Amino acid sequence: MPVQYYIFLSIALFCIGVMGVLMRRNAIIIFMCIELMLNAVNLLLVAFSKMWADAGKVDAGSAQLFVFFIMVVAAAEVAVGLAIITLVYRNTKSVDINILNRLKN
Amino acid sequence: MVLSVIALVSALGVVLSKNPVTSVLCLIVTFFTIAGHYIMLNAQFLAVVHIIVYAGAIMVLFLYVMMLMNLNTELEPQKRNWLKYAGAISGGALLVVLVAALRDASMPAISTEANEVGLIKNLGQMLFKQYVVPFEVSSILFLSAMVGAVVIGKKD
Repeated sequence: MPVQYYIFLSIALFCIGVMGVLMRRNAIIIFMCIELMLNAVNLLLVAFSKMWADAGKVDAGSAQLFVFFIMVVAAAEVAVGLAIITLVYRNTKSVDINILNRLKN
Repeated sequence: MVLSVIALVSALGVVLSKNPVTSVLCLIVTFFTIAGHYIMLNAQFLAVVHIIVYAGAIMVLFLYVMMLMNLNTELEPQKRNWLKYAGAISGGALLVVLVAALRDASMPAISTEANEVGLIKNLGQMLFKQYVVPFEVSSILFLSAMVGAVVIGKKD
């Protein structure tokens, strides 16, 4: 199976995430699309690690641990981001990002 | 191939569905298919961690926040529709540019035979020998994120 297959799958998932961030107005859905983009990049990292490990250049375990640390950072990001969204909802009674264009008051 | 089609369709479902709960469920399906791809790429431990962390923890957190905010109803109709089309067009343009740039790249094929590198024994030994300092730093990051979430979320 050529590695282009995974490259194009990751590109498609990433672009769907970009479209979601640009199209939707709901802050939670924008957050989910960011998760989708992160996962597309993770999939590409694992595919490339497999490719270079098959070529005998690198150890595939290092790249998988790198993806593992990306997941850790994503989980921490989700915790803080959802707390911020909850705070915004409590202050404005909405999660529409159009009302967030002025951060003051 | 089937996994990829399911992944793309459910990713589109995340973006296009009107109901936020539906998009959470579509995103869970996408995560399961990505975990299937990890298994095919000899990253078995990563697939299990992916399902546990994303489908088990993060998506439950999303659903919980939606339940708290009572958001499972459709949002009010949008005023500016051209923004939606502009977003779709620019995302599609990014897709076209990246595919066109990488279409002719020659890459070696990936072998499909299984090996032991993605199992938890191998990765655990590597994690606690070679990468023990990043592991501890990430635990501190988790602790600070937890404290930050509590501080942000508490009533003031």
